[in-house]
Amino acid sequence: MLLFVEQFLNGLQFGLLLFLLAAGLTLVFGIMDLVNLAHGSLYMVGAYFAATFTAWTGHFVGGVLLALVATLLVGMAVEVIAMRRLYGRDHLDHVLATFGLILFFNELVRLIWGPAGMNLTLPPWLNTAVEILPGVYYSMYRLSIIVVALAVATGLYLIVMRTRIGMLIRAGASNREMISALGINIKLLYTFVFGVGAALAGLAGLMQAAILTAQIGMGENILILAFVVIIIGGIGSIRGAFIAAIFVGLIDTVGRAFLPDILKLALSPAAAATAAPALSSMLIYLVMAIILVVRPAGLFPAPGSR
Amino acid sequence: MMPALSLRNIVVALLLLMLLLVPVYALVVGNNFVLSLFTRIVILAIAATSLNLIMGYGGMVSFGHAAYLGIGGYMVGILAYEGILSGFVQWPLALLVSALIAFVIGLLSLRTRGVYFIMITLAFGQMIYYVGVSLNRYGADDGLTIYRRSNFAGLLNLSNKTVFYYFCLLLLLATIYLTWRLVNSRFGMAIRGARSNDRRMHAIGFPTFRYRLTCFVIAGTICGLAGVLLANHTDFISPAVMHWTRSGDLIVMVVLGGMGSLFGPLIGTVAFLALEEVLSGITEYWQIIFGPMLLAIVLFARGGIDGLLAGIRRG
Amino acid sequence: MADALLRVAELTKRFGGVIASEGVALDVADGELHAIIGPNGAGKTTLIGQLTGEIAPDSGRIYFAGQDITALPTHQRSAIGMARSFQITSLFLDMTVLDNVALAVQAHAGHSFRFWTPARSERALRAPAQAALARVGAADRGNVVVADLSHGEHRQIEIAMALATRPRLLLLDEPMAGMGPEESARLVNLLRELKKEYTILLIEHDMEAVFALADRISVLVYGRVIATGTPAAIRVNPEVIQAYLGEQQAVTGHG
Ligand SMILES: Nc1ncnc2c1ncn2[C@@H]1O[C@H](COP(=O)(O)OP(=O)(O)O)[C@@H](O)[C@H]1O
Ligand SMILES: [Mg+2]
Repeated sequence: MLLFVEQFLNGLQFGLLLFLLAAGLTLVFGIMDLVNLAHGSLYMVGAYFAATFTAWTGHFVGGVLLALVATLLVGMAVEVIAMRRLYGRDHLDHVLATFGLILFFNELVRLIWGPAGMNLTLPPWLNTAVEILPGVYYSMYRLSIIVVALAVATGLYLIVMRTRIGMLIRAGASNREMISALGINIKLLYTFVFGVGAALAGLAGLMQAAILTAQIGMGENILILAFVVIIIGGIGSIRGAFIAAIFVGLIDTVGRAFLPDILKLALSPAAAATAAPALSSMLIYLVMAIILVVRPAGLFPAPGSR
Repeated sequence: MMPALSLRNIVVALLLLMLLLVPVYALVVGNNFVLSLFTRIVILAIAATSLNLIMGYGGMVSFGHAAYLGIGGYMVGILAYEGILSGFVQWPLALLVSALIAFVIGLLSLRTRGVYFIMITLAFGQMIYYVGVSLNRYGADDGLTIYRRSNFAGLLNLSNKTVFYYFCLLLLLATIYLTWRLVNSRFGMAIRGARSNDRRMHAIGFPTFRYRLTCFVIAGTICGLAGVLLANHTDFISPAVMHWTRSGDLIVMVVLGGMGSLFGPLIGTVAFLALEEVLSGITEYWQIIFGPMLLAIVLFARGGIDGLLAGIRRG
Repeated sequence: MADALLRVAELTKRFGGVIASEGVALDVADGELHAIIGPNGAGKTTLIGQLTGEIAPDSGRIYFAGQDITALPTHQRSAIGMARSFQITSLFLDMTVLDNVALAVQAHAGHSFRFWTPARSERALRAPAQAALARVGAADRGNVVVADLSHGEHRQIEIAMALATRPRLLLLDEPMAGMGPEESARLVNLLRELKKEYTILLIEHDMEAVFALADRISVLVYGRVIATGTPAAIRVNPEVIQAYLGEQQAVTGHG
């Protein structure tokens, strides 16, 4: 039971992290119809910025805020320099160009920060455990990830659903012409949306960096999970991304933790020990495949996104 | 199909001549590295040619194609590790497994279109990668060393580097020839039609799914063969060859050379690996140049090298 | 009707709030040229889409040659003899004209799991394709890439491709859309010829052409068939005049 609560919270935390990463991807796809493989690079850049700025300032929260602003600016610069030229082009073009950006960013980070990777050191007040239930302790840091990510998700939801700019964003996801008809500066909106997506990715990256480390290529594997999330959720749908992210986070984490035991019920211990790692790493992809068979456009296909 | 004396054909002819003479050059200069590099180029060109079949002719942008390199390679590695060295067993099994996995992935992925297809093949490719990582018995992350190359009972000595090179070259030429027959056959016309306008294909009476799926399986199988060769070439197989960024490399090779052109993938593979050699000679941080180059290619030279040579622009 | 080649019963299709087909009932007799007219947005293209299986109706049934085909996939409907042309040209733009039409022939010449013989040198595919091109008056355009053709020529190829599938029933969705008067006149002549060999369901805005060609006309307004009858009967039908023909000055002028 104790273990289960911990694993559940870990899964929730991982799912929320995935959401932060997937939100930018799905927004950019929904609004600009752009596939951005380099989204994982922004995740990495956020982590390196945070490690650098917290070390410089000697202040965790200050460093993190600086890192977010810096990632936002990098994102906006990338949009202005590169992405802008890709709108309206073939998806294969997006894939190739942003693949080029991944190579560029990996190498740039290696040039600036070196190949070794960096630690993001937590302040003492985060580096403790709290008693969440009588007798059940949980990492303060992971708990704050959950809280912050939930707050961001709520904020994002309110912005998209309640504000004028959110209305434009939703309109963009289903009706590109409408925005221009309203006389809104569409270029500025796109740059802004891309920047916010970058900052969210950066936030996810720096959160993860304190648990693992900031490393070159750290965004590449988790990016694919973010893709799985938006495939399951329905491309372009923030709500779908949220639900799918939590779902994927829980399945992946809880599956890895408990699948070996479950398999032991059915298989010999030796067979279970061999099969469990392979099966648990395949689990979410299998889930994705099943969902795809039932709903080829994901759980919450955004209107007009296909 | 009369070969004309165009710039493009001259380049292709020179390229083939160069490939034929590589072992001679290596022998004369005593440079084994060149032979090894070109063996790698030839093998990857087989993989790229197979990707071009689905991507260039069939319009299926598969972002998980490197998975079959790994599947072919792992079949050789695992069978060798378990003591089965005969190529007559290893190779057919490797191709069979590649085909089966391509069938299952295609069956699920080809139900979707466009970006969905790209992302889903990406995800399945990465799933295969993680399966490789979880193979604890076979080296997991670190990979598996292959101590003995596939054994063809005196018919073919793959350990002789020159023999191995020419064998790979032969298979590359066979692959290109096969692709040529294929894309011009009824099957090929059906595949091209499905890329061009799938809706119309259905309207005139084509059940395109089965043709696209078959094409997907053929391409996966050929790429599995490339994996078999790659494992024999490097005497080693690890999950790294299946990472999605390797699939990205394959796509880059195809586009760099020219999509939907017969020799484009070969040209692209040579150009890709040559660029890597040249740029990394200039700076250790060569990808800082190569990355933006990709962006430039997308923006300014969408037909790839083949398109530039032929002087035509593709949409 | 006993010898109806195509019979549609109670076909209904909604797109959200829009009702594109509402209880559509329609008979097309063997050998007849049946025209469907109606204002833009009436649901004509959607009806064709349901007939060919590209759009699934919400309810209702479709019978072709006595067989219930409501659930049959598009390619099988083509196999049993239904062929359509598209209102918005839908061709293989990157291929030559002859390749386009030959593909339509190939679809009906056995399966395409033939991997070795070059399809472009198969007489069995090229000759019928060339014949279909000749039929629509584009015999000399075979080697041109479709993207390089004029709009009027695209419309011709649309019909040639439908013919190349050797159909029993032709579903033509505004074949004259965007054509000049000369091209239209030529197409009317072609349709008059085709009428002798094929059963045709024709959607067309050119009233002169419709009234000259059709054996019967159905009028579709807001997804509903408000009248079906001979051209003479439709011309004087008060409901039709009120709902549709009233706006069509040309027809009343000619009437
Ligand atoms: N895929 C679709 N989604 C939503 N509405 C559609 C779709 N296709 C057609 N409609 C609507 O259905 C109605 C009928 O359209 P259509 O069949 O194209 O009319 P017509 O061919 O008679 O001009 C129109 O109001 C159109 O906007
Ligand atoms: Mg219409």
